[in-house]
Amino acid sequence: MFAPQFDYYRASSVAEAAALLAEHPEAKVLAGGHSLIPLLKLRLAAPSALVDIGRIDSLRSILEESGTIEIGALTTHAELASSELLRSRATALAEAAGMIGDPAVRNRGTIGGNVAHADPASDLPAVLACLGAEFRVTGGDGDRSVRASDFFEGLMSTAIGEGEILTSIGVPTVDSACGSAYAKFAHPASRYAVIGAAAALVVDEDGSCTCASVTLGGLVPAPVRATAVEEALVGTRLDAAAIASASGLTGEALDTDDVLGDVYASAEYRRSVAQVWVQRALSSAAARCG
Amino acid sequence: MSASTFGSGIRRREDPRLITGTATYTDDIVLPGMLHAAMLRSPFAHARIRNIDTSAAAEAPGVVAVYIGADTDGEIGPAPCAWLLPDSGLTIADYHCIAKDTARYVGDIVAVVVAESIHQTYDALDLIDVDYDMLDAVVEPKQSAAEGAPQLHAEIEGNQAFHWTVTGGGDITEAFESADVVVKETIVQQRLIPNAMEPRAALASYTKATGELTLWNTTQNPHIVRFLVSLVAGIPEDRLRVIAPEVGGGFGSKIAVYPADFITVFCSKKLGVPVKWVETRSENYQATTHGRDHVQEIELAATSDGKIVGLRATVWAGMGAYLSTAAPGIPTILHGLMLSGVYDIPAIHEDVYGLYTNTTPVEAYRGAGRPEATFMVERLVDLLATKLGMDPAEVRRRNFIPKFDDGHDVVTGLTYDSGDYDGALTKLLGEAGYDQLRAEQAEARKEGRYIGVGLSTYVEICGLGPSQVAGAIGFQGGLWESAIVRFHPSGKVNVMIGASPHGQGEETTFAQIIAGELGVSPDDVKVIHGDTENTPMGWGTYGSRTTAVGGAALALAARKIRDKAMVIAAHLLEAAVEDMEYEDGKFFVKGSPESSKTIQDIALMANVAWNMPEGVEAGLEATTFYDPPNFVFPYGAHLAKVEVDAETGSVTLQRYVAVDDCGPQINPVIVEGQVHGGIVQGIGQALWEEGVYDEDGQLLTGTMLDYAIPRADGLPDIEVHSTVTPSPHHPLGVKGIGEAGTIASTAAVYNAVIDALQPLGVSSVRMPLTPERVWRSIQAAEEDN
Ligand SMILES: Cc1cc2nc3c(=O)[nH]c(=O)nc-3n(C[C@H](O)[C@H](O)[C@H](O)COP(=O)(O)OP(=O)(O)OC[C@H]3O[C@@H](n4cnc5c(N)ncnc54)[C@H](O)[C@@H]3O)c2cc1C
Repeated sequence: MFAPQFDYYRASSVAEAAALLAEHPEAKVLAGGHSLIPLLKLRLAAPSALVDIGRIDSLRSILEESGTIEIGALTTHAELASSELLRSRATALAEAAGMIGDPAVRNRGTIGGNVAHADPASDLPAVLACLGAEFRVTGGDGDRSVRASDFFEGLMSTAIGEGEILTSIGVPTVDSACGSAYAKFAHPASRYAVIGAAAALVVDEDGSCTCASVTLGGLVPAPVRATAVEEALVGTRLDAAAIASASGLTGEALDTDDVLGDVYASAEYRRSVAQVWVQRALSSAAARCG
Repeated sequence: MSASTFGSGIRRREDPRLITGTATYTDDIVLPGMLHAAMLRSPFAHARIRNIDTSAAAEAPGVVAVYIGADTDGEIGPAPCAWLLPDSGLTIADYHCIAKDTARYVGDIVAVVVAESIHQTYDALDLIDVDYDMLDAVVEPKQSAAEGAPQLHAEIEGNQAFHWTVTGGGDITEAFESADVVVKETIVQQRLIPNAMEPRAALASYTKATGELTLWNTTQNPHIVRFLVSLVAGIPEDRLRVIAPEVGGGFGSKIAVYPADFITVFCSKKLGVPVKWVETRSENYQATTHGRDHVQEIELAATSDGKIVGLRATVWAGMGAYLSTAAPGIPTILHGLMLSGVYDIPAIHEDVYGLYTNTTPVEAYRGAGRPEATFMVERLVDLLATKLGMDPAEVRRRNFIPKFDDGHDVVTGLTYDSGDYDGALTKLLGEAGYDQLRAEQAEARKEGRYIGVGLSTYVEICGLGPSQVAGAIGFQGGLWESAIVRFHPSGKVNVMIGASPHGQGEETTFAQIIAGELGVSPDDVKVIHGDTENTPMGWGTYGSRTTAVGGAALALAARKIRDKAMVIAAHLLEAAVEDMEYEDGKFFVKGSPESSKTIQDIALMANVAWNMPEGVEAGLEATTFYDPPNFVFPYGAHLAKVEVDAETGSVTLQRYVAVDDCGPQINPVIVEGQVHGGIVQGIGQALWEEGVYDEDGQLLTGTMLDYAIPRADGLPDIEVHSTVTPSPHHPLGVKGIGEAGTIASTAAVYNAVIDALQPLGVSSVRMPLTPERVWRSIQAAEEDN
């Protein structure tokens, strides 16, 4: 467990980081290090250099501005989990962050690193996709914003281009008629998601569902919307029966060939039981509406 | 402080240094001029080594030496197997420290690099070019025994390491033929991977001028390491010093003396400088010994009223690619001889086939053979209960060996020391509220919820053991223990023991033994262990033997001190020894406790020796070598309550209640800690842990991301109770408690899950009981119905 040699640069600003990346095309960004360092130690990656952005304080913040909660890329999982703003206005995100790994991982790991790494078993991609987040990227050809549906391109791959840095993530705020939740089947060893289900619901004054967003992670290469489930929920009163029957449509979102399996939980099993976690996420989200 | 310290739950004196990070482990030791070693390990489970090109590695920055197998010829011999199981056709394959022409498991060492820094060693490993010729691999023991299986060792036919049998009591065929009922099961005791907090390490320092070598080593038994290193590396035992500094857990995985240890010694000897090797966690998974790995076909014969008449089993035990130091004794002596469990079983027969497979060698792992035996018996008893429609507690009661306090023979040839098995079960059922649990279960079933209650009543063999028996069963060593008790002039005490605690707490409990025997404060006693240069010979800490054997040695040494002190006290008080009395650290003439000599007074006098009785030597010190007359047999009864979510197959352990009997408890808090840890390790086997190889012999669970060890959040509060039945032959009456929890708990949890699933028609699930496995069993049972 000893990493191969690399050069190390510490950036004090985003501009400096971008310049360093431009100068060292083989370099990798280092944030919390909780995905990258294990790869180095297992000698599965051997970048020539690391550009440490970990001390750029301007990237560590959770701010609400005009209908969006803007989360700096270096915000740690622990900060997400304990943010009052997120807990009330983007509950699923705080909830998911609180379920990541263990306290050490939550204290070091960052939201930016988590989504940039795009491990299929990570929790945050599915939640951010569910909440309709936007990803702000800088460097390379200047600043741009990428929608979640375009950001997660597949297994461990994102829209972040070479030389680019993810600076923040914007999550649309919601009002009290909305509720969101995350339910997770955690791997007993890694604590990563075997199955993760994120749900966000909006109800009208009568308590009937006007909008539903349901996303699955963990068992697929990149987050997947369960559109059949969403459609079945709209117009219902989100009672147990409606949630159960909508959850039953989970499998429609899961293309059999895409579902991931491993020695702990096969693809067939994950696909068969995913609806249970969808149902759990929906039940919690429904209870949080209003 | 008084004798009452024996039996009180004082805090572990080991803990402050452990929890403040000031303990010194092997890796903490840095010597001037020290170099680092790293092992190149085979990435293939079975491959011929055509050629190894080390030239680029040898040129790499900082590299001092690169050695391959041929370089060790005549320098170090093969890693020895030291349990030569008799009457079993034992075949021992040469376990070359560095594989010569064939690598036989992923992790087999093929080369070693020595360099100035640890990073340089790993960079250089990447530069070694090995030309492998792939061979077919076999990883499952039963498949290894099959015709046409890939063969591991040319000279060993059918991959068979041994075939061992135990037969006892009446005619087994007859028992089965005449039985009213027979229940059968096939059980896979999956391979487990020990996860000591501290990985293994060795630091060897050879001085060419004197021919002396000091080896710091993560070991449970430094004296055995010294003995074996002297044999393998040709360093005379008197020039060899082995030190086990702080050792961060072992669980059996630090009994063996490993190829990497011998290689480190070899490198230091060759280069004449200190060489350190510390395994990575990945190496720990690949190459530190594993545990269990049995396929068991078992059956039980009984009468229609639930009386057991016979037990028969065939076991295929995977041994890995080579036989580790103590490996052959684990699935045989420590397993087969325990098949009577807590029951009166009139006929027992077991065949055990030890098979070589292309996997990491197995060794003792907490419980070592006994969990595998307990599981078989406890599973069969539950199956019998189900078959007869009887309560599992009742079936157990009908078969228990009745209470005994001085010896009971079972048909496998052992004599249990003392036990009251029904007493333990009765206490357990009371503490757990068994009847309410059954009522709750019935209610839950009406609601379509699946609650299960599982029992495991166990007895185990520990305190290994009389040396004469060790010889008879092929153990290439003794099994006695030793202790030196030394009083200093100030009345402070040093205790030197041959055993080698590494987390169990004997630095505390052994001070309590001295306090109990001699009336000193435990704070005035320091226990020294782990260094062959300043401790008497001893055979080590494993098999729950340190207190059971070493503690007895210590108590007897203390009593020698007391006898000598009595003579000195009588002299000082001008009385006859026969008229003297001892109480609580004081010696006085019977009836006159007001004028007494304390043990400290005597220690001072004995050390200055100004006024000693005629013919009595100066000093207050005693040594005992204690060879126990028999093993000890702790026992108990455990209960687990689970709920199974039938929709997903996930199991929630809701309650765990244990009653254990290890005789009088020197320190009940430490006993409770051992029970907790033991139970959790056994629960790990039932629910989470499995070392999985694919069919090519690649380890699929080679990291902590894949291999699930138990965590606190998956466990309920463990409710610990005890009964106290002294061992008739131990000077303090105590038995071991290090492994009891593990021996009991796997079966308790497994039985609970199957009990929960009974309404669904599930009677068997392969361990560990992962959600998917449970879910699939439910699906399969539904299809069958
Ligand atoms: C034991 C353990 C358990 C874990 N359990 C979970 C879990 O249950 N759920 C879960 O979701 N995750 C889990 N993780 C992963 C954890 O959340 C990581 O912290 C996270 O995935 C990566 O974040 P980081 O800040 O550590 O990134 P790093 O490791 O520093 O970087 C990861 C990757 O992202 C790139 N990167 C980082 N930041 C940026 C940026 N701003 N712009 C562009 N590229 C960037 C890096 O170059 C690298 O390729 C676990 C990790 C460990 C070690």
